Amino acid sequence: MSELKLELKEKIIEQLNLEDIAIEEIADTDPLFGEGLGLDSIDALELIVMLDKDYGIKLADPKEGRKIFESIDTMAGYIEEHRSR
Amino acid sequence: MSKGVAITGMGVISAIGNNAQENFEALISRKSGISKISHINTIHADDIMVGEIATTNSTFEKQLGLSENSFSRSPILGIIAAKEALAQSGISDVNDYKTGLISSTTVGGMDKSEQYFYEYFESDTHWNHINGLHAGDSTRKIAEAIGLKESYVTTISTACSSAANAIMLGARMIKSGRLDRVIVGGTDALSKFTINGFKTLMILSDTYSTPFDEHRKGLNLGEAAAFLVLESDAVVKKENRKVLAYVKGYGNSNDAFHQTASSENGDGAVLAMEKALKVAGLKAKDIDYINAHGTATPNNDLSEGRALLRIFGEGKVPEFSSTKAYTGHTLAVAGGVEAVYAVLAIQNNRVYPNLNFKTPMKEFDLQPETAVKEKEIKHVLSNSFGFGGNCSTIIISKEA
Amino acid sequence: MIKPVYINSVGSVSVQKTFDNSEFLNETTVYNDTVAKVIAPDYKQYIPAAQARRMAKGIKMSTVSSQTALKEAGREQVDAIIVGTGLGCIGDSEKFVGDIIDNDEQFLTPTRFIQSSHNTVAGQIALGIGCQGYNFTYVHAAISFESALIDAKMQLENNEAEHILVGGVDEMVKHHVDTHRLIGHIKSEATESSKLLESNTKGAVMGEGSHFFVLSNKMQESTYAELLSVECYNTLSKEELPVKINQFLLENNVTLEAIDLVILGNNGDVDFDSYYNELSETYFKNTAQAYYKHLSGEFDTASGFAFWLASKVLKTQHVPEVIELNQLSTQKPNTILIYNQYRGENHSLVLLKKC
Repeated sequence: MSELKLELKEKIIEQLNLEDIAIEEIADTDPLFGEGLGLDSIDALELIVMLDKDYGIKLADPKEGRKIFESIDTMAGYIEEHRSR
Repeated sequence: MSKGVAITGMGVISAIGNNAQENFEALISRKSGISKISHINTIHADDIMVGEIATTNSTFEKQLGLSENSFSRSPILGIIAAKEALAQSGISDVNDYKTGLISSTTVGGMDKSEQYFYEYFESDTHWNHINGLHAGDSTRKIAEAIGLKESYVTTISTACSSAANAIMLGARMIKSGRLDRVIVGGTDALSKFTINGFKTLMILSDTYSTPFDEHRKGLNLGEAAAFLVLESDAVVKKENRKVLAYVKGYGNSNDAFHQTASSENGDGAVLAMEKALKVAGLKAKDIDYINAHGTATPNNDLSEGRALLRIFGEGKVPEFSSTKAYTGHTLAVAGGVEAVYAVLAIQNNRVYPNLNFKTPMKEFDLQPETAVKEKEIKHVLSNSFGFGGNCSTIIISKEA
Repeated sequence: MIKPVYINSVGSVSVQKTFDNSEFLNETTVYNDTVAKVIAPDYKQYIPAAQARRMAKGIKMSTVSSQTALKEAGREQVDAIIVGTGLGCIGDSEKFVGDIIDNDEQFLTPTRFIQSSHNTVAGQIALGIGCQGYNFTYVHAAISFESALIDAKMQLENNEAEHILVGGVDEMVKHHVDTHRLIGHIKSEATESSKLLESNTKGAVMGEGSHFFVLSNKMQESTYAELLSVECYNTLSKEELPVKINQFLLENNVTLEAIDLVILGNNGDVDFDSYYNELSETYFKNTAQAYYKHLSGEFDTASGFAFWLASKVLKTQHVPEVIELNQLSTQKPNTILIYNQYRGENHSLVLLKKC
């Protein structure tokens, strides 16, 4: 699980071009959107593609992403439960 | 209050017809042009519905006397609509007055660029399409096809509000005296580029789009071209033109909220409608029919609905509908197609139905017109909104 | 009452070091290539990292040049934003097309598609400064920037707006360069920029850049020049060209003798420079002439560089030697005419006057 969390942090930084942010700066419980990391709705769509491509999880409705992408913790939890790759 | 600018000709080609008359007949007989995609080979073919023009490029090429695969689809569609518009005005020599052409597009020649993207480096067979990627190239081809020379020819690209902005600019150029006549509109063909682009935004419906419905699932993309001929009062008088209607008002503003989404309360849309009413010298209550942008995305319809309520007031929004359930969202051209529909609504005193509407949205009390309704129509307000916060409103009126 | 239109500030990011307004081509970079890339400022000083992360090159350049122009004009807000761009953020468009093909339409992400919309630059600037005013983008090849100028001028003359941010931007990217080299629009041999006009080869040296200006109907301390007139013609023959220029000057009540400097768009393309050469040798033979595409490179909105150049010349009253095209020179430049065309099409005339 902690390996997955680390992997997620790396991927988020890389795919969303957060070049000024270090892995250590993202806590597992930090909110990813709004106040926390400051991600927005376009980032959410990017993360949905990441779920599909890297973990085989397809979301049909972008609204589903809101809960899943709350924090690294929630994301990792969801992926563990639903991943097909 | 300022005088309107005369519309003396119009042409349109869309999924519901290859000319204005065919489009009108489909509108009043509730005949939608939405179907499965057939001209483009895409892996999303089973997941989306589109407003595709049935006629193939090769048929159009024969009709226009073009050699095979010389043009991409956008200029082909554009030439057809522009010629129809000029013919209706009765213009035989487009250079007899100071004439301009203001077209608009989002994809231009992308349908060919994406097809030959790598092939260009292996064979020179399709090098004729390389320059077609320039948005202005489709306009250049239309200008050439109608014989327009030594003139102001330009292209606007403000995403899905483009053609509305072309009409606005044309009207302003006539009013300022810079031009005596201007052909305004736009053209956009379907492409893998836009299909996949909108797919990534997760706003494509997998079935018939349902504008303003609580259970709307997104938009259907469409393809179209539409052009209007605007002429100065002096030309109208001298040539004894039959005026179809007038461009009475226009407004452009920016939502300045988000790159792709509209603000929750439709601030930009409200500003655009306010400006258009002001230019037209009209009050909200003077509007007889609203052709809404109504893309059927969750975001647009909520935001636009709220904006309509802010402008017209609770319970006072006149008959409105989105015609995108007929044509699909034709991107740059939407405002052009819908301006032609506005003129037809005025000429025939008809409000078009908003197809596929069943359940009102829970956020407000607002229902689009669902029947073909006969009603005296003097003023039509038409909205077009696009990425980058672009919000445009055009008002078309029966009298100047 | 038609109001005069002033250029109140300038901002440039180009393949020369032009981003610093306190300089005026003090040093120029000589290229020996078929393309030239922008000399970029440190974008971090202008754009917060959180915003920069999704920005295409064209947006970054334009953020800098538009901020520079706004700052110099002393404005935080404008009534309208009007941008010309031949290709928009073409880099993202190309990458998106590449992704579609390479991944067989799967696992595509939205950012590139969003950026590829031609009006992204105008939209981003509006978003950045919270401008809810008029927002337009022109995309008509070599007259994209001039179309924006005409629009702004109409609004300012009629007092529909008082301050408008007007700009032209184009970025250079690989696939576009490679394909346009195939069809001979870009030179196939490296050409030294100082010898561009003697190249005797087909095609141009591609460049890129972003130029923004605050145009106003009120003069102020920072004002560079007055914009008298802009005209565009989709087609013009070489024979008709001097006739049209004459007519243009006449309409503006300016004699040929009153033109102190004409800035021409020669790009070293042996097939099309004759449009300029014939004017140089006949119509403008007694006029001081300048050229600039050896400095800016060729791109759809390269004439934005010419507009920047003319503004600078009029304000500083200095004509840098590096732009001189003929032996004639002007000591007190008062009126400047810019003429540009690309590949024999999309001709434009822009007339500016010292304030």
